[in-house]
Amino acid sequence: MSVPIILFYVFAALAVTSALGMVLNVRNTVASAMSLVVTMIALAGIYLLLGAYLVAVVQIMVYAGAIVVLFLFVVMLLNLRSDSFAPGRQWLVKTGALLLTLVVLSELLRLFAVGMPPTPAEPTGFGGYRQVGIALYTDYVLLVEMSSLLLLAAIVGALILAKRRID
Amino acid sequence: MPIEVIVKTVFILLVMVVGLAPVITWIERKQSAVMQDRIGANRADIAGITVLGLLHPLADVFKLLSKEDVVPTGANRILHGLAPIIAAIPALIAFAVIPYGGIYVFGDYKLSLVAADPDWGLLYIFAIGSIATYGSVLAGWASNNNWSLLGGLRVSAQMISYEVTMGLSVVGAFMVFGTLKLTDMAIAQDQTFRLLGFLEVLFGLPVPVWLDWIRLPAWGIFYQPLGFVMFLTAIMAENKRPPFDMPEGESEIIAGYHLEYSGMRFGLFYMSEFIEIVVIAGLVATIFLGGWAVPFVSQETIINIISGAFNRDFATALCMIVHFATFMLKVLVMIWLQMALRWTLPRFRYDQVMDLCWKILLPLSIVNIFVTGAVLLVAKGSS
Repeated sequence: MSVPIILFYVFAALAVTSALGMVLNVRNTVASAMSLVVTMIALAGIYLLLGAYLVAVVQIMVYAGAIVVLFLFVVMLLNLRSDSFAPGRQWLVKTGALLLTLVVLSELLRLFAVGMPPTPAEPTGFGGYRQVGIALYTDYVLLVEMSSLLLLAAIVGALILAKRRID
Repeated sequence: MPIEVIVKTVFILLVMVVGLAPVITWIERKQSAVMQDRIGANRADIAGITVLGLLHPLADVFKLLSKEDVVPTGANRILHGLAPIIAAIPALIAFAVIPYGGIYVFGDYKLSLVAADPDWGLLYIFAIGSIATYGSVLAGWASNNNWSLLGGLRVSAQMISYEVTMGLSVVGAFMVFGTLKLTDMAIAQDQTFRLLGFLEVLFGLPVPVWLDWIRLPAWGIFYQPLGFVMFLTAIMAENKRPPFDMPEGESEIIAGYHLEYSGMRFGLFYMSEFIEIVVIAGLVATIFLGGWAVPFVSQETIINIISGAFNRDFATALCMIVHFATFMLKVLVMIWLQMALRWTLPRFRYDQVMDLCWKILLPLSIVNIFVTGAVLLVAKGSS
């Protein structure tokens, strides 16, 4: 086995175990959040192996580095105890998880039956910030502008909510 | 190839971490003493020899190693133990992409003085920096102490806020140099530009040829002065040293997130702070101060001058040493600047730090990006 393949299995195993750790650590919110961070970093490692450098870095910067820190911030602010999670709407979560598992399993079975499709060759400069930037601001510029509008609306909404609390 | 990378990694860690970090603790003691009209560290000795107090880092290590390692009751033992390690690792691996020399050609062998040289070098630093938050946040949470928790809360809010500014304040520099690769940035700064050239490019005013000698090194600090100030502010706030040490604020929350740490675990927090000083110095030197480049004398000129007297390979090797010395000099200057700021400015209030980030630095950095973009557009159009 070559080094990238070994690395892939290492990262994949890490991602799966830490994802399980996240789900199973329902009682300990901080440990759960930290498992989520490990999952994110393992996924970033897999992206790196696939040559998608920008996605890997953004994965760490935004998801592992910012969003989960905000989760932790809220957890620490609320100072949650382990018994404050009542089994309320868990049947909803369980049904959703079951459905999702069925979809993924059937897709996997189909892939095993049909075989993997051939992978096309990577275009030059694939995954770098230049190619992503050019693609975003030429082919997908309308979508970028639309999502920026959405973000702006979210910021204004957050400001209004926070301001009402202060006034 | 792997051996070369290992040698480079060991070398840079030896110089920067083993060599420089203990000396910085001594520099900090001595510089604060000079600024406050004291004598400073001079007591630690081996058989009566004190060597200007240079033995104090050694005494520190002995003290920290021999102290009792206390874990508070009710603390989360695993996370409490992991937190200092999570804090130290990002500081150590950031050196991988900081170039301490250019690219040197010996016959058909090319030597570049950087451990790893990815296309997205600067993004790597930002990714590492965003992971570094966890060390302090977890330390604050896992200690089971209200002051620690407050410190952890302050760390998470402060570091996330300043990460945004830190990223945006160097976007101007990316645009000027047209790359995120730190080695290419340093190479782009190994030349000079005409100080009055902007009159020609922006306003179409002809500049007489006899004024061409007024030149500056093509360093980031001259292209992006505002970016330099904002980046330095933001990255110093990321390092949580005074005047940005609200997470520790001994007068308000005792020692914040590392209140419940003793012995070498505290030592790791302390060490990672000092290693980060070196990382910051290296990064600022590379992006804004030309990295290894000697001002006004390009690599080619140096090699040509020396190879007049010696053979070319020897000249290249000498040039490499000169460049490394220049880089270290710039790093030392930036370390001095950080120390001077740390001992000059009093600690901000917490809301002032947040105001500075969101109300001053963030809008200014966005304006900086717009102005840089407009100037580059005009400059490209006219040339």
